[in-house]
Amino acid sequence: MRKFLAVLHARNMEFLRDRSALAWNLAMPFMLVIGLAFTFSSSDRDIYKIGLVGGLDKLHSVAPALQSTRYISYVPYDDLNAAIGKVKHHQMDMLIDVSGTPRYWINSSSPSGYLLERIVRGAEGHRFERQVVEGAEIRYVDWFLPGILGMNMMFACLFGVGFVIVRYRKNGFLKRLKATPLGAFQFLFAQLISRLLLIMLVTMIVYTGCNFFIEFNMQGSYWTLLLVTTLGAMSMISIGLLIAARTASEELAGGILNLVVWPMMLLSGAWFSLEGAQVWVQKISLIFPLTHMISAARAIMNEGATLLQVMPHVWVLALMSIFFVAIGAYVFKWE
Amino acid sequence: MSPIITAAKLFKQYPGVIAVDRIDLAIPKGICFGLLGPNGAGKTTTIEMLEGIQMQTSGTVLYKGEPLGARYREEVGIQFQHTALQEFLTVRETLELFERLYRRTLPIPELIELCSLADILERDTRKISGGQRQRLLLALALINDPELIFLDEPTTGLDPQARRNFWDLVNLVKSRDKTIVLTTHYMEEAYALCDEIAIMDKGRIVSQGTPAHLLSEHFGDVILQIPQSDAGSKLADFGLSAVQAGDMLEIRTNRLHQTLQQLLENGINLDRLRIRAWTLEDLFINVTGKKLNP
Repeated sequence: MRKFLAVLHARNMEFLRDRSALAWNLAMPFMLVIGLAFTFSSSDRDIYKIGLVGGLDKLHSVAPALQSTRYISYVPYDDLNAAIGKVKHHQMDMLIDVSGTPRYWINSSSPSGYLLERIVRGAEGHRFERQVVEGAEIRYVDWFLPGILGMNMMFACLFGVGFVIVRYRKNGFLKRLKATPLGAFQFLFAQLISRLLLIMLVTMIVYTGCNFFIEFNMQGSYWTLLLVTTLGAMSMISIGLLIAARTASEELAGGILNLVVWPMMLLSGAWFSLEGAQVWVQKISLIFPLTHMISAARAIMNEGATLLQVMPHVWVLALMSIFFVAIGAYVFKWE
Repeated sequence: MSPIITAAKLFKQYPGVIAVDRIDLAIPKGICFGLLGPNGAGKTTTIEMLEGIQMQTSGTVLYKGEPLGARYREEVGIQFQHTALQEFLTVRETLELFERLYRRTLPIPELIELCSLADILERDTRKISGGQRQRLLLALALINDPELIFLDEPTTGLDPQARRNFWDLVNLVKSRDKTIVLTTHYMEEAYALCDEIAIMDKGRIVSQGTPAHLLSEHFGDVILQIPQSDAGSKLADFGLSAVQAGDMLEIRTNRLHQTLQQLLENGINLDRLRIRAWTLEDLFINVTGKKLNP
């Protein structure tokens, strides 16, 4: 434990005293969150999104005029309750169910829902049964926040650990440590915990700072959110450790890290929702820890999901962390 | 004296290259043992196998009669030829970091005094001079109060003054009854510090013993140096062969009295004559056929 704490402390000092890197770690997510909040605050999208239960073919036979109306996109759902939740939180402008008696749901406080209702009635008359839900709007920034924080964490976890260990190996510091009684697992675990503590600290500072200006939506428990983000960070740091376990070239490590980072960034739902994407894309996205962390965080913050409800994500993140750390420690080479 | 570390039939092969070719070593406790050799002779590979940093292809290394293990890591001190330290830490913090990695350590104030680090304790390790850095690296190698210390080319790149200061430090460590294994390019360093040396070439030990013994074994004669302007071309006339070394002519002889008499009888001015002893550098060139190339 003494050795572990020594390495942990040294790494923390190294990170905290590297002022330019620390400042960047704090400034980048601040700038992104604030910038995107202003950019998307007008929310003037010109395409309406309708959730659809029952399939497009059925809609075509039930309401052909509506289906041929332009500037409307349809997002298919199997779970009616989940789809109603989307309307409730203004994540969907309207929901149409054509699996039985044709019905639609709108949010009573949604301007887009109001306009869509007029369009539906204009196109199809009163063929649809009207249902109304109520609920506060989830602003784009509320939806986007877990993604942007998660993405910042991803970069800090993967590059912050991967590059540092490769640099240590390249400049001979790992060889110097190898000459001491320090074990590989002690070293790696200290790197993991050091990076985890610092990332969580930075993320909390960014969240609190942004929250001061923007007042994010928070329906669930902060403790559950802390657990999910901690496990998410751990699993991504573990991937960084695994990538750096043997590599001695910063160029190679950078290439492999980018190979992991880009698909994760595009397919984890950080920038845009994958609802409506191909099923195989959605399946692939599940291999990334960032997907689980962002999905769980959004559910907690925007829908008030409990620990039990996000437990599948928690399990996946915990197992990924253990798996990647174990493999990383097994294949690790000091030189 | 019983050996503290031994190597038997130590062999290391890289794809297409034999780096170390079945060497045997037995380093007695309490001495400074020098491993010398030209670039690519296999010194660093040998020392790293002795340190337990590299695995040998075959052969054995025993520390106090036992294979290298966890105990070895606790009792050995290493100063690598090339190494880096954790960035953004001061000298004091670096000492504290390494102190916590060992069970038994020297008190840090004692190390600070021993290695003259008091003036730079609060300095960032990236902002200290080459000599100060080597003293810090030696302090780290000594932090666990090791019985056996490896110093791999510790003074390469230092200016002559810093090098001599470092020698004083190594002599101080030697006086504490420590065993030191040193590799160096500098023959005067080996002569100043080492009780025993081994010269390596092409992965093999080509000569081993105390510096004095090796010099007497390889060179039974002395060198007379006479300025060329004093001797002109007369030497050959009375049967003395000489080789030119700069402005001097060098005559090798194992019959000093007779040669001097011969020079006097032939009217050679001996006012500026010098008698030069053989050095380890001569020995090195003699046994390896290579000039030093630090």
